[in-house]
Amino acid sequence: MSVLMQEMNDRALRLGVPLSVQLDLTYRCNEKCVHCYLDHDDYGEMTTAEIKHLLREMAEAGVFILTLSGGEIFMRKDFFEILECARSLTFCIKLKTNAVLIREAQAARIRELGVESIQVSIYSHRPEVHDAITKVPGSLQRSINAIRFLKSQGLKVIIANVLMTENMQDYHGVRALAAELGTDCTLDPTVTPMMDGDRSVLDLNAGESALRNLFRDQAFVGNADEFCALPSPPDEESMGSLPCSAGHTACYVSPYGEFYPCVQFPLSCGNVREKRFIDIWRDSEQLKEVRSIRLRDLSSCSQCAHGSTCTRCPGLAFLEGNMRGPSTADCEKSFARTGIPSANLLAKKEKVSAPRLVQIQLVPAITGSRLAEMSSSASAVGAYALLR
Amino acid sequence: MKVNKKLYMARSPRIAARRLGEEMLVMSGQGSTLFTLNPTATILWQAADGATPLDEIVERRICSEFEVKPEEALRDAEALAADLAKHGILLISDEPMPKPVASVQESR
Repeated sequence: MSVLMQEMNDRALRLGVPLSVQLDLTYRCNEKCVHCYLDHDDYGEMTTAEIKHLLREMAEAGVFILTLSGGEIFMRKDFFEILECARSLTFCIKLKTNAVLIREAQAARIRELGVESIQVSIYSHRPEVHDAITKVPGSLQRSINAIRFLKSQGLKVIIANVLMTENMQDYHGVRALAAELGTDCTLDPTVTPMMDGDRSVLDLNAGESALRNLFRDQAFVGNADEFCALPSPPDEESMGSLPCSAGHTACYVSPYGEFYPCVQFPLSCGNVREKRFIDIWRDSEQLKEVRSIRLRDLSSCSQCAHGSTCTRCPGLAFLEGNMRGPSTADCEKSFARTGIPSANLLAKKEKVSAPRLVQIQLVPAITGSRLAEMSSSASAVGAYALLR
Repeated sequence: MKVNKKLYMARSPRIAARRLGEEMLVMSGQGSTLFTLNPTATILWQAADGATPLDEIVERRICSEFEVKPEEALRDAEALAADLAKHGILLISDEPMPKPVASVQESR
């Protein structure tokens, strides 16, 4: 973030202005990505008129940066009508898309309407890997073609590369592809749970060893020594710091009008079909609670060595069951980065040791003498390993 | 005899803008550059409708609110307009620009 943008963010925070909003226009999609956190069925998306009304309310509330995302935004037949309305209200527009429906004409229209940037999801430079993730044969080539159309219009394109077990080895190839296409490239080694809380997709997350290698790759992190430096304990200033911008200067609205602090933080704060955007932003009890949380209020993280340097996502913590709790995915990243386990990981390890001994006692196939043998072993974890 | 040409300004349709407190946030389409306009520049920028000459804007909107000589204010305004035009934020012309420009929402 530029210094000026940071200043604007600070000012928006002081003024209580929602500077930045992500609006998902649809959850429908023409790709079926293995790691996606969305249910792609349509349960009653906002109509064109409802979205235009919402855009006017958001402009009045002071929203400046508007990210239009999905699902796949081009699945909406009225996409350009919505985009035209948004630009007439002078939003700074960012688009997130897989781009497979963008041809020359769409790229030209996007250029004409003055869109700030277009983020395109690319998982690998190899069709067999990318297309296996999207489950759509030919999707990589179509996305690349679209990026060329967008670039030929002089538009700013950012390739977003979510890293998981399937494509972890390909990020250098994606970066080379981005360089060839003349785009920026972002990497994110985080697969998030489904919005309904289903955590099965988390199995796709890259393991600790892959993360460790990634975090020591200068091409990815810059100065690896600095990036992986041992954490210093949180000081008084960081104890009073905000976890992130969710609910403070940013928020999210779903295709059904549900208002959340962030796309990764599915705590419903109201619905824009029932209340004005600004009224939810100002008066929602849920948002007030989110805004009240500081590092010192986080039971585990405030005691953790990584407290002031961790990238803890409050939304992922919420999806784990407690918005004041830790986000284990971020604990794992901090551990992979520094080799120091977080307070949460240490606590989990302790918890794992005890209950699994109990679990051993419940296994019916184990005879009394075998159980006694295991229980008397020096390490509970060792006993569990024997059982497995 | 010196003939002073009228200068007309219009907000570029390619920019993004929003009022934040007393200032105006403006994102230029050229290179995604972010600018902030101070309260005086914000007044000028908001009045840039492509139809009202700059000297009238200065007289009505600046000189009426600030203690400044009209010629000095006009000189500053012309310099600002040229600077904003250089960054693609404003369009300037010595003739009126009839095309309507997007209105800018006030933040609360």
